[in-house]
Amino acid sequence: MTWLGIAALGVLLALPAVVSSYVLTILIFIFFYAFLGQAWNVVGGYAGQLSVGHAAFLGVGAYASAVLAQEVGLSPWLGMFVGGALAGALGAVIGYLGFRFGLRGFYFVLLTVAFAEVCRIVVNNVEAVGGAVGFYITFTGDPRQFQFRDNRAWYYVTLVLMLAATGIVALIERRRFGVYLAAIREDESAAEALGVDTLRYKMLAMIVSSFLTGVGGTFYACYLLSLQPNAVFGIPLSVEIIIRPIVGGSGTLLGPILGSFILTPLAEVSRYYLGQGGWHGAHLIAYGVLLVAVVLFLPEGAYPRLVRLVRARKRA
Amino acid sequence: MDLTLVAQGLLSGLLFGGVTSLMAVGLTLIFGVMRVVNFAHGDMMVWGMYLAWMLSSRAGIDPYLGFVVCAAALFVLGLGVQRGLVDRILDAPHEMQILLMLGVALVLENAALVAFGPEPARVRSSLTLPPLWLGPLFVDVARLITFVIAIALTVLLGLFLFRTAFGRRIRAAADNPYGALVVGTDVRRVYAVAFGIGAACVGAAGALVAPILPFQPTTGLGLSVASFNIVIIGGMGSLLGAFLGGLIVSIAESLGAVFLAPSMKELVSFGLLIVILLFRPAGLFGKRAA
Repeated sequence: MTWLGIAALGVLLALPAVVSSYVLTILIFIFFYAFLGQAWNVVGGYAGQLSVGHAAFLGVGAYASAVLAQEVGLSPWLGMFVGGALAGALGAVIGYLGFRFGLRGFYFVLLTVAFAEVCRIVVNNVEAVGGAVGFYITFTGDPRQFQFRDNRAWYYVTLVLMLAATGIVALIERRRFGVYLAAIREDESAAEALGVDTLRYKMLAMIVSSFLTGVGGTFYACYLLSLQPNAVFGIPLSVEIIIRPIVGGSGTLLGPILGSFILTPLAEVSRYYLGQGGWHGAHLIAYGVLLVAVVLFLPEGAYPRLVRLVRARKRA
Repeated sequence: MDLTLVAQGLLSGLLFGGVTSLMAVGLTLIFGVMRVVNFAHGDMMVWGMYLAWMLSSRAGIDPYLGFVVCAAALFVLGLGVQRGLVDRILDAPHEMQILLMLGVALVLENAALVAFGPEPARVRSSLTLPPLWLGPLFVDVARLITFVIAIALTVLLGLFLFRTAFGRRIRAAADNPYGALVVGTDVRRVYAVAFGIGAACVGAAGALVAPILPFQPTTGLGLSVASFNIVIIGGMGSLLGAFLGGLIVSIAESLGAVFLAPSMKELVSFGLLIVILLFRPAGLFGKRAA
């Protein structure tokens, strides 16, 4: 398994030398969504608290670092941590309200959705950050401004983001923290009865998750150079964030990455080909069907299924 | 602040509230019986709107008559979703049910996008009458008709649930599915009919609101979220709560548009939602705690 990981890393490091720019762009989005999925995985997968409002954290992080860069001249290299911290603070507020008041299941889902929607409406109405028109970042191509002319640089940036998040999750998984989160996910009352401070660990999971998502906002802002409140804070983006880890296997280390490798190319390619034929939205129909199929036939996700298949083959 | 303006906001909010109530009653019926949250609720409503639009533009049927056809069509859709999908995951964790319905919502929304395109559509009713004047306040006749029909349908649904044998079976299955099964109720059939009725509510609500509200495929998401707000504020599973909640939220948003800004009126209902979630998760009229 270790050798397989090293080999995969080697391939990923060498890939930009051989693939076309189009494939490189798809890989950048694969890594970025894997990163976002991994961040969501901490609270949504390991702790089992289904947040459908993660776009709010991405949006806060993106707007914070973009506005600081444009208006104050703070480099996004620092701004990403400011954005992450603000997103983490928002996550702490949402988490505290949700967990302290014992909101579970659908109620927690709605609380996260409501906060994201409030952010969307507020930003739409704040003219200082562009309002509904959006906020734009001037392209300089200056690496000190977290901008790169070469797609290969972006490739390595997103690869590092994905690997860093995965490293953090691996660390969490191996420590007591990860075990507590799994206990909370499986049976919260039992975990509490055994003395796990469930509020504290759920809060920690939420803060780590929202901080990472907020950091990702800086990539979103600097790579796309424009922020639209309806896109950055919208529910569709939250669904994009959660669908990959769930298809790949939420609460597993490699699930979000596998999910992103399955779904992102599918989305890009079908968006491109079906969109050309005037079939806008067709790729989202495929998404919906896939989501339904995963729930009905593969509720634990692709990665756990894959692991079982490999083990069964080894035994045979 | 001009008092006439506030009174006008109150009135138009109330008139619009009939449809919001009908929509929320459909959602709360589905939740009350199956304990499943229909994330595709708003998208089903958008299909009701497009059906009304097709009936009106292709066959010349006025939406104030066509809503019957729309309700019937959505009844079949709801029945199919329950029989084909929801039935299989009734015992699955909440998360799985939410994801399944999110999938259905994505399919419905984007099927509408493929079929009708992204441009906003609007249905013209042939019943274009001049507005009525109540002193300084004007009453839009389309809104008045929509309101009256929506309230009538909600009352009919209430009578069906509380005065007929099948309605009693639905309520029994909602209260205690096992007990209902023991006394010989075909619970699966009750479930399918209940989901069908819930969907028919938005089929009718969509057709009725189509002459007032321009719509496009993406309208559904906002409607879903709006109906969630209402049923939480009113109390999940409470029919009366959904009905009154629909009126309250509609009036609150309408007043929010007067006092804040039209683009910020949703802020009022989200604010209300967050307060209710934190301090009274059972809702204004609900009995069961979260």
